[in-house]
Amino acid sequence: MSGASANNTRWAYTLFSSLVIGFILLPLVFIVWMSFFSNKILSFPPQGYTLDWYTRAWELSDFRNGFFLSFRTSMIATLVALVLGLPASFALVRGRFAGRDLVNTLLMSPIVVPAIVGGSAIFVFFLEIEFLTGIQVAGSSLGLIMAHSLIALPWMIRLVTTSMISVNPSIEEAASSLGAGPLTIFFRITLPVIKPGVIAGSLFAFVNSFIDLEKSIFLVGPNSTTLQIALINYLEWNFDSTIGAVATVQISLITLLLLITDRYVKLSRAF
Amino acid sequence: MSEVVLQEVAKHYGPAVVVQNMSLRIADGELISLLGPSGCGKTTTLRMIGGFVDATSGKITVGGRDVTGLPPNRRNMGFVFQNYALFPHMTIAQNVAFGLEMRKVNRADAEKKVQEALARVRLAQYADRLPKQLSGGQQQRVALARALVIEPDVLLLDEPLSNLDASLRQEMKIEIRQLQQSLGLTTIFVTHDQDEAMSTSDRMVLMYNGKVEQIGSPDELYNQPRSAFAARFLGVPNLLPGRIVQGSFEMEGGTALRLAGQKQLVGNCFLALRPEVIGISAEAVEGENNLSGTVEIMTYHGAAVEYQLRTDAGLTLTARAVAPGLGGPEVLPKGAKAWLHWPASAGVIVSEH
Repeated sequence: MSGASANNTRWAYTLFSSLVIGFILLPLVFIVWMSFFSNKILSFPPQGYTLDWYTRAWELSDFRNGFFLSFRTSMIATLVALVLGLPASFALVRGRFAGRDLVNTLLMSPIVVPAIVGGSAIFVFFLEIEFLTGIQVAGSSLGLIMAHSLIALPWMIRLVTTSMISVNPSIEEAASSLGAGPLTIFFRITLPVIKPGVIAGSLFAFVNSFIDLEKSIFLVGPNSTTLQIALINYLEWNFDSTIGAVATVQISLITLLLLITDRYVKLSRAF
Repeated sequence: MSEVVLQEVAKHYGPAVVVQNMSLRIADGELISLLGPSGCGKTTTLRMIGGFVDATSGKITVGGRDVTGLPPNRRNMGFVFQNYALFPHMTIAQNVAFGLEMRKVNRADAEKKVQEALARVRLAQYADRLPKQLSGGQQQRVALARALVIEPDVLLLDEPLSNLDASLRQEMKIEIRQLQQSLGLTTIFVTHDQDEAMSTSDRMVLMYNGKVEQIGSPDELYNQPRSAFAARFLGVPNLLPGRIVQGSFEMEGGTALRLAGQKQLVGNCFLALRPEVIGISAEAVEGENNLSGTVEIMTYHGAAVEYQLRTDAGLTLTARAVAPGLGGPEVLPKGAKAWLHWPASAGVIVSEH
């Protein structure tokens, strides 16, 4: 009796887990699958299979340039987040200062505020700067990088602080008593210990910046669109498997990044 | 020479005074323990000596050198932490070598010293393991080796045994004492455990509320606590309230007890009696102090029997007697009437608080 009910529980559990995993994976599987359809207009069932959409995606300069702009912007934004985020995380975890919780909330706010709201706010802010100083920020790559740094920073700080909290502060004191100065302690002791968090933070920062649409849409200039905006623009007039091909490339790239990272640091240790 | 001298050292956090004008002289090669309940200021004092906490005022010197304003990395002190604080990403050998590397010791010498240091704590075969692969006791021995390999002027130990289980603690206690003596290293040992302090130290500093309560050898502190706090902290459960009247001790309620020596205290005080000085018998004993009472709890420990008795005046006292053994007299059961007795010289008068 109890054996049967335990069996039922297990069966229900397996079913439920499979459904959840299927729910997550199915759209991805479909996108990848559809990117190979030879149908002129995206539809079911497939009439045949082809790799043409991939060549077409590469030949369209909007996608190609979009990809490189996105990649470059996200790389720089991640670096900015790293340079600002590491000391900030350090201060947030180790520091005892008035308003620490406030600063923490403030640094997390770009995640909390809807991206479209944040994007329009940044846009208006950039316009104000231009109005006051004559320097054009909106539409420039500097403006785009600044906005993307805001996307990247909260992810970096969240993951780095999480891994820093688990560091025993005594190990830094031990290093100090053994003769190490503050810089040596940071690079030889603290940084290696929080490395999984830093790498995971960089990865999340990069990916979230790379896939951003809402903030960027206000800030890109003519002839310099990010990949996601290129996709939206394309979808306005076309409905074929090119977008599937672009999406597949993105999915592969991110998966590859995750796999490579996981080889060197166990990402599960960063949380 | 690495005599450590604290001159009027104090630590304030805003209005809170954690350590009050503490002065202490620790002789070269001495092992001194800072003992006290949590919040007494012992750890803060140690951390001020180590340089992790800035003293609000006062001066700390080591072998005549003023270290008060120096950061920890320029004090040449070995520090052992309660939670081991090994570098988790380095092997045992790398952990021990770190301090030598910071001192720019050349590789061959460093390697040799690391091996010697690990051999000294009997962990030579673990050199290539990571800290997490070692047990707590082994990790703490690595921490000890790491602190000793730099040949520090002073060794600072912050509750080094608190995370270990009882049998390991006993073993480590002996190991620390032996290493300290063979190296002749000035050592300051912070602990809240009076037994740890007594069995390792040359002298003990009992602290309370940021102040030194009493300093002395383990023998002095155990046999001559000055205050009720000291007596209680050093494991004397029996404190009889009363006062000194004409050279003898008058308990609350009026019973007079005989004293030997030291009768200077005036006003209310306590008579402290260690459990092993109280004898138990069916009859009052001529020439000693006697109180009659009833056995409330009897605990058999094998080698000893511990009785908790309630005197007729309503005081609860603990007495420990050597177990009679098979064929000897019966142990007293709960509810039995008995006399507690002790020689006049066994009681110690301690101040209130």
